[in-house]
Amino acid sequence: MKNRSWAFLAGGLLVALLLAGVVSNYASSHPDGLDSSLLKGCTVDADDNIVGGSCPAQQARDHELADSPLADYGVRGVQNSFVSTGLSGVLGVLVTFAIGAGGFWLLRRRDTTPTDGSTPIDGTTPAEGDAATSTDERRHADANG
Amino acid sequence: METLAMHISNGIIDGPVAAVFAALALAALTVCVLRGRRDLDDRLAPMAGLVAAFIFAVQMLNFPIFTAGVSGHLLGGALAAMLVGPWVGALCVAVVLVVQALIFGDGGVAMLGLNITNMALLGTAVAYVLIAVLLRVLPRTRAGLAVTAFVAAMISVVVASQGFVLEYWLGGTTDLGNNLGGLAGTMAGVHLLIGIGEGLITATTVLTVAKVRPDLVYALRSLPTPVAPAVPVAGGAR
Repeated sequence: MKNRSWAFLAGGLLVALLLAGVVSNYASSHPDGLDSSLLKGCTVDADDNIVGGSCPAQQARDHELADSPLADYGVRGVQNSFVSTGLSGVLGVLVTFAIGAGGFWLLRRRDTTPTDGSTPIDGTTPAEGDAATSTDERRHADANG
Repeated sequence: METLAMHISNGIIDGPVAAVFAALALAALTVCVLRGRRDLDDRLAPMAGLVAAFIFAVQMLNFPIFTAGVSGHLLGGALAAMLVGPWVGALCVAVVLVVQALIFGDGGVAMLGLNITNMALLGTAVAYVLIAVLLRVLPRTRAGLAVTAFVAAMISVVVASQGFVLEYWLGGTTDLGNNLGGLAGTMAGVHLLIGIGEGLITATTVLTVAKVRPDLVYALRSLPTPVAPAVPVAGGAR
């Protein structure tokens, strides 16, 4: 990968870390669209706990991993809620990037020359022997043969 | 602090239906892996990881909507489809949902197939179809790109919310007494408002990337343009 791609990657990760690590503390704590729809029919108090009525949300059961050290976007043992939320967000971004980038890196096709930044990804790369045969071209070869 | 749960919790949909959707989601994700490999090269792979990490971060940012006491957050399907294409995009959102379920206790593990179906599969697929159509119809300007991102994001969120309604119709654990339409209406209404936020976030992000690195916007790279000369494509349209 070229230098400017690394710079873009680093810049993007920094933005994600700031959003999850700092801005997340200013997020609304009200139930989201799904939860609020499932609360319809129930009455809730100021903390959005169910105090009466009947609604689908009452059927909700505990999460299998509710005891996870990062459950509910906090780090267990960290008392300061700002630090707890921010740290869990930072860890989440790093873990998601590691799994995503690592997984996609393992999945990537290795049979074509990496295309230059300005050229379309499709078709325009000249084939370089057997190694450069794309899946599509292979299928065509099969059809022709 | 208020617990931050954003996805379908355990107990909301019954076990058999959740299991069917888990199998469905697994099959669809396998197709995404097979098709996505064609798009994944040395450059796209790390970018797709960044897209997943970015979606994780922005999903934490619940924003207030006009209805009091209700918040919304990004789902990310349209953003992923725009930046890395439909197949890899669906995988990006799925990675986020798996991390949230397995590490952050958000969205039941048994409900993962349902959440993936709605947000990773349905949301991304609907968004990409809209993107493909709108980019063809709208002028190839920054405004056209912004409108494409906004509309695709907004509608994909509403459709994803109706995916939940379908699942609730099949296996909801509370008898709504023939009032499924009520749930559908509530979900659609609130997600139309959330969709505005999703549209604004998606359009802003896509415009920013398009300005810095237009070559990293999959939709601009791979979809045929009405003005540019046709690119010779080996093996037809994707």
